[in-house]
Amino acid sequence: LVMAVIKLHGHPISTATAMVLCCLNEKEVEYDFALVELSAGAHKQPQYLALNPFGVVPTIQDGDLTLFESRAIVKYLAKKYKGQGADLLGNTLAEQALVEQWCEVEGHSFFPPASTILFQTVLRPLRGGTTDEAVVEINIGKLNKVLDIYEERLSKSKYLAGDFFSLADLQHLPWTQYLVTACKKGDLISSRKHVNAWWEDISSR
Amino acid sequence: MAAIKVHGYHASTLTVMVLCCLNEKEVEYELVLVDLPTGAHKKPEYLALNPFGVVPTIQDGDLTLYESRAIIRYLAKKFQGQGTNFLGSTLSEEALVYQWCEVEGQSFNPPAFSICTQILIVPMRGGSTDEAAVEMNVEKLEKVLDIYEERLSKSKYLAGDFFSLADLQHLPCTHYLVNACGKGDLISSRKHVNAWWEDISSRPTWKINFT
Repeated sequence: LVMAVIKLHGHPISTATAMVLCCLNEKEVEYDFALVELSAGAHKQPQYLALNPFGVVPTIQDGDLTLFESRAIVKYLAKKYKGQGADLLGNTLAEQALVEQWCEVEGHSFFPPASTILFQTVLRPLRGGTTDEAVVEINIGKLNKVLDIYEERLSKSKYLAGDFFSLADLQHLPWTQYLVTACKKGDLISSRKHVNAWWEDISSR
Repeated sequence: MAAIKVHGYHASTLTVMVLCCLNEKEVEYELVLVDLPTGAHKKPEYLALNPFGVVPTIQDGDLTLYESRAIIRYLAKKFQGQGTNFLGSTLSEEALVYQWCEVEGQSFNPPAFSICTQILIVPMRGGSTDEAAVEMNVEKLEKVLDIYEERLSKSKYLAGDFFSLADLQHLPCTHYLVNACGKGDLISSRKHVNAWWEDISSRPTWKINFT
């Protein structure tokens, strides 16, 4: 009986795809990468929309299961392959709850301002538009408040959910990478002692 | 065994969502009022529980937990053996629950919440509704609801044929859209979305909070 390999539909430039790739590697899971040519609009073609009606990457296929939303995908992979690779979930119910809590913080407090900054400072100019500096300013303000809370948390805890690297930390990797490099907002991280140490750690895995 | 403590506000729909979940799971709890109108959620006492200064937060023994979506996930797991099964029965079903939970959080909630903020909260704070912003977010929400319509024409609930966390997560914001923002047509104009909304919003554990 041949076990089908997980198929990942995505694009290397997509941060959400990068996050799923990172998770597959951490869990030591084999996969087939199916390139979705974003510049050619492949993600809006009927063939892809049949997999993911929201027309965004990534989507995975694992046997009969078709799954989209990168945060749901990494949660599924972390559970299905709990016995191998890095344990991204925590061992007790309480640890797992804290992982979920910090995953939600990433999804609702960190990601919105971070992705807006990325859109304004990098993507908009790439598409011929101009950066709205006022919007960038507002979102840096929001991100500063969130990172102050992270600084406090990480002064007491090696990683966000506890003393173990989890999905919550993994979910921050792609966006923070862009903030620090392409968006040139590295000072948001480097100006905070514990956030900086945490970032150095997780980004060098 | 100490009852679970829910720090929240009776008029906060996210608090109500957690209470609804506790009722569905037949779990005892104690509601500790966080008086939002007097700014209790920004005082040091509450910030010590939840540094983000928002409700709700729960305490279960040694565990302090915030983010309503994480709270209901924890409750669904801890009490998996009793009450409504919110997670499905297989790993694949559970994965679909999480997928539609993420859709709620990342595609439905941002425009829905913006609409509610513009129509309800901005005027309360002395400002005026930005109609262009409402228009833009209604358009975004229409596109999302078209996908829901297609999904719900094939599936009784979002993740499958069972009421799950994904459906529960839609109760708070949709309640406001329909009952306070005058945007009920977004729901009622779509046959399957409407049937789904009628079903989930008439669950006694949800309805009881509004009588």
